Amino acid sequence: MSGSSKKDLFQKSFSRRDALKLAGAGGIGLLLGVGGIKAGALGEGMLAPAVPADGAKGKVVPFYGEHQAGIITPMQDFICMGAFDLTAKNLGEVRELFTRWTEAAARMSQGQGAGDNNSSPLVPPDDTGEAEGLNPSRTTITFGLGASFFDERYGLSGQRPAALVDLPRFKGDALLSEWSGGDVAVQVCADDPQVAFHAIRNLIRIARGKAVLRWLQEGFQRTGAADPQGSTPRNLLGFKDGTNNPDVQDAAAAKEIVWTEGGDHPSWMTGGSYLVMRRIRMRIEVWDRTTLGEQEATFGRHRATGAPLGGRTEFEPLDLAKKDAAGKPMIPADSHVALANMEGKVKILRRGYSYSNGIDLKTGQLDAGLLFLCYNRDPREQFIPMQMRLAAADKLNEYIVHVGSGLYACLPGVKPGGYIGSTLF
Amino acid sequence: MLVTNKNSAWVTLLLGSSLLLSACGQSSAPAASGSAQKETAAKPAEAVPAADVQKEAIEKYRQYVIGQTDEFVKAADAFTKAVKAGDIETAKSLYAPSRMHFERIEPIAESLGDFDPWIDAREGDVPDNEWRGYHRLEKALWETKSVAGQDKVADQLLQDVKQLRVKVESVEIDTAMLVTGAVELLNEVSSSKVTGEEERYSHTDLYDFAANVEGAHEIYQVLKPAVENKDAALAGEINSRFKELDQALQPYRKDKGYVSYTELTPEQTKKLSQAVDALAEPLSKMGTVIGG
Repeated sequence: MSGSSKKDLFQKSFSRRDALKLAGAGGIGLLLGVGGIKAGALGEGMLAPAVPADGAKGKVVPFYGEHQAGIITPMQDFICMGAFDLTAKNLGEVRELFTRWTEAAARMSQGQGAGDNNSSPLVPPDDTGEAEGLNPSRTTITFGLGASFFDERYGLSGQRPAALVDLPRFKGDALLSEWSGGDVAVQVCADDPQVAFHAIRNLIRIARGKAVLRWLQEGFQRTGAADPQGSTPRNLLGFKDGTNNPDVQDAAAAKEIVWTEGGDHPSWMTGGSYLVMRRIRMRIEVWDRTTLGEQEATFGRHRATGAPLGGRTEFEPLDLAKKDAAGKPMIPADSHVALANMEGKVKILRRGYSYSNGIDLKTGQLDAGLLFLCYNRDPREQFIPMQMRLAAADKLNEYIVHVGSGLYACLPGVKPGGYIGSTLF
Repeated sequence: MLVTNKNSAWVTLLLGSSLLLSACGQSSAPAASGSAQKETAAKPAEAVPAADVQKEAIEKYRQYVIGQTDEFVKAADAFTKAVKAGDIETAKSLYAPSRMHFERIEPIAESLGDFDPWIDAREGDVPDNEWRGYHRLEKALWETKSVAGQDKVADQLLQDVKQLRVKVESVEIDTAMLVTGAVELLNEVSSSKVTGEEERYSHTDLYDFAANVEGAHEIYQVLKPAVENKDAALAGEINSRFKELDQALQPYRKDKGYVSYTELTPEQTKKLSQAVDALAEPLSKMGTVIGG
């Protein structure tokens, strides 16, 4: 073997095709286990996790686990999120759907096709094929149940969690039913847009006859390639968004902010979380003709650095008491950061993506904005009070309008062989 | 050191995988070797009995096609007579029901030559000077509101329909044609009937919709024993989706026909479209019955 081809082998990244070939030899875990034997002592290697992060060069996020993936998983570059209305006639059919969804989601998270039968010329292939040969791209697929899941259809109305409230009508809401609600929400995130689309598309296909799509929104942020340092992403208004997002890799913080447990929460939600979706359209054209001074006063941060107004660096603490020479607060009390700070007492985990859906045919203006997503342990204590305050007073409201909304109970994770939702039905 | 070890593990892993690939032989499919073996093993055992079942199915379906074209000749005769007599109201009432015989067997008609463009072309589908058939008369009846000068079109249509009747005698049908035909019928519904594009002047799209579904159902009926034999769960699913689609159409049945497409709200149209997709997905898997 020549030196250069050896190098190619080292550099070859783990592709879906590799995953499929490996699956033929008893599964990825087994082969990686073999690799582990070579690397270390015999036996030790066998204890390696089934899909270690480096085994796929950071491209596989394990689907199975205590919690669903895609919640505290560091954000991928793209999202494809949809909500479904169930047409299943009974709970048995719902169970069947979630079983098939779980199997397909687990496979696609590993870069495999949605199903096995892809070579018979006589039937349509199980998998739609557009992700063939692409790497798993850190795909995560996360399922949540909307309040309407708990109506009279499936006999689960008594199980609706107290925290799965109907969100109050916030001031300024201009919600459209075609961008709101749904019995089941599915969040697909991946580092590649085609891989993300492939996953939601195959889940839609699997659902035919049991659930229909209610809404579908794709979203993006800057890619890892454009920003290798992984600095705070900017929203479409040009500002860094998410500077104060809590570090949920810290288990204690995740427990406090994200994971549902105890209290008046049903036991089937233990280890789950509540997902809030707000489709927030930005009045891009209006913003673009707003002075920089006004833009910065609206956010309460400097656009260039992301630093709090009057500050120098992005991550320095917010000092809301700081006054300018005239004795006025440096950070206006009605700015977005001042209000969202909630005196540091209320935190949520934001996971939003920008969206661009072409133009508004009525006005010729851009239909673009933010697919705001956040996870919280209990929306009654976290998202709702925060949004109440923002909706009432945020200077940013002049430039945005909430057109879609949803609250979903994201079920706990599942072990291999189980299905998402098995704690409830 | 660690890095080197990791890399050597990867070499092992990748070499292992290429060996595996060659072990799989010349198969172009990247399927796991296990499932490939399963497929090979399954084939010889089931090929023989399936053939008989399919022969019977094909003969049954051929009789159905001949029956439909018999009816089609009669219905087209009455329709074209009304056109030539200048009886616009009678012609309008016969237009959509007479077309249904054609819509039920459309894939077969398409396989026999140019019958589809002759009988069923919409304005713009073919050069204007070649445009003939049902939709040309549809435009005269509903849009121009005059059948003056349409005698030739009416005569030609009847002649085309009669020729179709003659041709179906010798049509060769195989199971693959049936399977794709059933799905094609539903694709027709998805792409032009449920959107209201088929009958742009008369808005009688739901007649075509229903006829396409009936045609697909007929194909399913003749293949049903084979499907049940091969995959009972699939057969069960197809059964219930046909029932659901029939129920979804129910509110739009009126007298002996269907309401105008223009009476449907966008929400109702969407529901019908989703019911068609829900049926077409499992129906597209009927191919499992072919070749064992």
